[in-house]
Amino acid sequence: MTVLLKGVAPLGGRPVDVLIDGTTISEIAPSITAPATLVVDGGGLVLLPGLVDLHTHLREPGREDTETIATGSAAAALGGYTAVHAMANTDPVADTAEIVKQVAALGRAAGLVDVRPVGAVSKGLEGGELAEIGLMARSRAGVRVFSDDGRCVHDARLMRRALEYVKPFDAVIAQHAQDPRLADAASCAHEGELSGRLGLPGWPGVAEESVIARDVMLARHTGSRLHVCHVSTGGSVEVLRWAKERGVDVTAEVTPHHLLLTCDLLSGYDPLFKVNPPLRPAEDVEALRAALADGTIDAVATDHAPHAAHDKDHAFGDAAFGMLGLETALGVVTEAMIGTGLLDWAGLADRMSVRPAAIGRVAGHGQSITVGTPANLTLVDPTGEWVVDPATLASLSSNTPFAGRRLPARVVATFLRGRATVLDGSLAAAAAERVAV
Amino acid sequence: MRNLLSAADLDRDEATAILDTAERMHAIQTRQTKKLPPLRGRTVVNLFFEDSTRTRSSFEIAGKWLSADVINVSAKGSSLSKGESLRDTVLTVAAMGVDALVVRHNASGAVQRISEWVECPVVNAGDGTHEHPTQALLDAYTLRRRLGPLDERHVVIVGDITHSRVARSNVLLLTTLGARVTLVAPPTLMPPAVGAWACTTSWELDPVLSGKAHGDVDAVMMLRVQRERMTGGYFPTAREYAVGYGLSPARVEMLGDDVPVLHPGPMNRGLEISSAAADGLRSAVLEQVQAGVAVRMAVLYRLLAGAGEPATGLEESPS
Amino acid sequence: MTGSARVPAPHPGVSGPTAVGGVAPVLGPAEVGRIVDRMAHQVIETIAKLDFDAALLGIPTRGVPLARRLAERIEVFSGVPIAVGSLDITLFRDDLRLRGVRPLNDTVEPEGGVDGRTVILVDDVLFSGRSVRAALDALTELGRPRAVQLAVLVDRGHRQLPIRADYVGKNLPTNAAQSVRVHLAEIDGSDGVIVTDPAADSVPAHGEA
Repeated sequence: MTVLLKGVAPLGGRPVDVLIDGTTISEIAPSITAPATLVVDGGGLVLLPGLVDLHTHLREPGREDTETIATGSAAAALGGYTAVHAMANTDPVADTAEIVKQVAALGRAAGLVDVRPVGAVSKGLEGGELAEIGLMARSRAGVRVFSDDGRCVHDARLMRRALEYVKPFDAVIAQHAQDPRLADAASCAHEGELSGRLGLPGWPGVAEESVIARDVMLARHTGSRLHVCHVSTGGSVEVLRWAKERGVDVTAEVTPHHLLLTCDLLSGYDPLFKVNPPLRPAEDVEALRAALADGTIDAVATDHAPHAAHDKDHAFGDAAFGMLGLETALGVVTEAMIGTGLLDWAGLADRMSVRPAAIGRVAGHGQSITVGTPANLTLVDPTGEWVVDPATLASLSSNTPFAGRRLPARVVATFLRGRATVLDGSLAAAAAERVAV
Repeated sequence: MRNLLSAADLDRDEATAILDTAERMHAIQTRQTKKLPPLRGRTVVNLFFEDSTRTRSSFEIAGKWLSADVINVSAKGSSLSKGESLRDTVLTVAAMGVDALVVRHNASGAVQRISEWVECPVVNAGDGTHEHPTQALLDAYTLRRRLGPLDERHVVIVGDITHSRVARSNVLLLTTLGARVTLVAPPTLMPPAVGAWACTTSWELDPVLSGKAHGDVDAVMMLRVQRERMTGGYFPTAREYAVGYGLSPARVEMLGDDVPVLHPGPMNRGLEISSAAADGLRSAVLEQVQAGVAVRMAVLYRLLAGAGEPATGLEESPS
Repeated sequence: MTGSARVPAPHPGVSGPTAVGGVAPVLGPAEVGRIVDRMAHQVIETIAKLDFDAALLGIPTRGVPLARRLAERIEVFSGVPIAVGSLDITLFRDDLRLRGVRPLNDTVEPEGGVDGRTVILVDDVLFSGRSVRAALDALTELGRPRAVQLAVLVDRGHRQLPIRADYVGKNLPTNAAQSVRVHLAEIDGSDGVIVTDPAADSVPAHGEA
């Protein structure tokens, strides 16, 4: 099968034709006339390496009523992703090789994105004993990212052991930074004027910053890699900058929603805006954008968190934490970073594909668009606007905070190793069949 | 006024109208037959997700004295524990055909969400640590009876402000009525960014009560301090709290004879309030309880007695 | 009842009542004064037989100053002071749900209470009779009078309940659609009785006494 992309602009540069033969890019030239099975008229569309998400919740096994690996993969492909990391807080928890292999197999069966299972750091996410990190790394799932996300690895000794233990596997510990003594399970709103007025238990920024500070020192001490999930405050950015300046091997991610939304959205007590870590004030949003622009924050990761309506139809404090993110990520980041001139398309490609793939050691993804590389590509209409409609999203759930919002940049096509998973902005026919099953 | 969710829902005219109506309801309470007809045939449901005998009984009496049918639904422990969403729980109750819901919930903002799901008027009987508007109304009513108009009056509120819906509603309502408020609490019990609130604050009680810190004091309101806050590490011991912030006999004597002392109850005698203060001549605690029924009668009357649509203004009775 | 839609011309020889908003009043200040005096005499005739053990209760709004005036004239003519109070009927109205919520008025017990006495309810206009019905219910809140009587300045007919007044200042046959308003100096600045047609009336007819 061959695919010819005519007049596409790699990373927003000069338009060229790109020929895909089988699973790799075989030719890039100003004009290619070779025949092809599928021809896509690029018309100046931007060509990016397929997006890679370091942080997604696919809810299978355990909450298939909210999302399955198949529906989550569809959402990812439609969002321009070719690889996603599926977090371990499923039911049962992904803390053994058996479970991560099952998740990987289900991902292959759906065939829309490469699903990379994330393994738990501790058994049952309980923060007590190390999970079978080695067996998970050695399994067919090839786990390279370990995280207790949802919970913080709070115990300093456990965090140290984990950081040391993963070194032989070239894997990374991804920390959900939230000191449970400063921000407990009830904490649900940025601690500040609004939380005080609204009577919502506060989640102070220092609960995140203090854990990151401790972890970067541990990483320095053990000489290990550390990754920080969903950074949400300017204070955390300062700590990361300090650590990187001193050569600590730490990387960090930020969610699209933390780049665009602020905590005043909570004034109506709508749990649609309830997320962990919480939305913060404008000063933090600005600091996060600047950090993503200068690379202090390495990657955008969606933290896609589907929830059933009945888990959100509660009082704010009782409702579930989390927002959808896969299908809106590119649009939101475009608005927050490209629209504001903080990043260009090359920069966006770096933060949403190249670096995430490097952090997760995802072979074949996040590569430069050159002859011979695997054809994991995303075609984006930079001027296309669309309105987010929860009812038409591919996710089984509807909890998107961007409902009704007009976003820039539509994904027109997504290719996974040369095969179109998304064409004309919809799941490619054969792919759609598979998901329907 | 369709719902009463927050003291901020009331402007000065509306708040005054409620207090004036409560005056007349109060007068009726002292008569022999405590039964008035305006809410006959209306059904009011007290939907309480959090325990409360006193507030619930107060609303129940208020509704019954206006001839409404009052039903108490105790939903404590339902929804979350049974996996039912709050929305389903509420819609099930509302579907039985209620004319008004009086709701208390332990989560801030729950009553506002509920008001978005139902058609009938909703009264907030306390939501988490957010607001308790009828408490603020009965406090203002009690103060007005003792002090006259509240303009320029200085009211001091002492206690666990962070976790107090009574404090929040009172700051809003008292300032709407022209009074000024000073909040007193240890730093650990002051809400974040309280400096942005429309009131003054202090970590020390004595300079405030003596008038040195923020001027003469016209009224003092003591808030209940929950002993559970000690396990949360907010203050070390009960006796330390009492020494720093309790209304001791000595402190009560710093107040003028006509300075009322209020407490929303229930009282922790010896912790935030001494018996001398609770039982002394300045204590307005029992007046508050009486005021509670009158004020709640006024609120139910204003929400339910008229035509279905919200009243756009006050209608003159025809002569 | 085919009452004329026109406002009758003022009686000759009476100091001309001033037109209000282009509508001539049916009764002017002098007439109102005479009517109140006549009612006072009628009341005295009745209560003298009861040793003057009676009290007046005005129905807000205008029944209240009217009751006070009546009591004052009774005292002038008989030398006996008569207790006066007011009786708010708002909570006992049968039409509460037809309009936006109404403010409450004051109920003030007359000195000496109502138990065992003859209570005379005083109102400005008697129309459907519903206000009086509400007043009778409200009265049970205050106590148990020996007897209840009714004094009205104007009876405009169109009763919807079996209610009649014991003392009527002026019988004023009207068209049900017309509006009858009593003005009293204490509230409106001057005394008068105004009848307006539905077309001329920019305010919906409230006059359902």
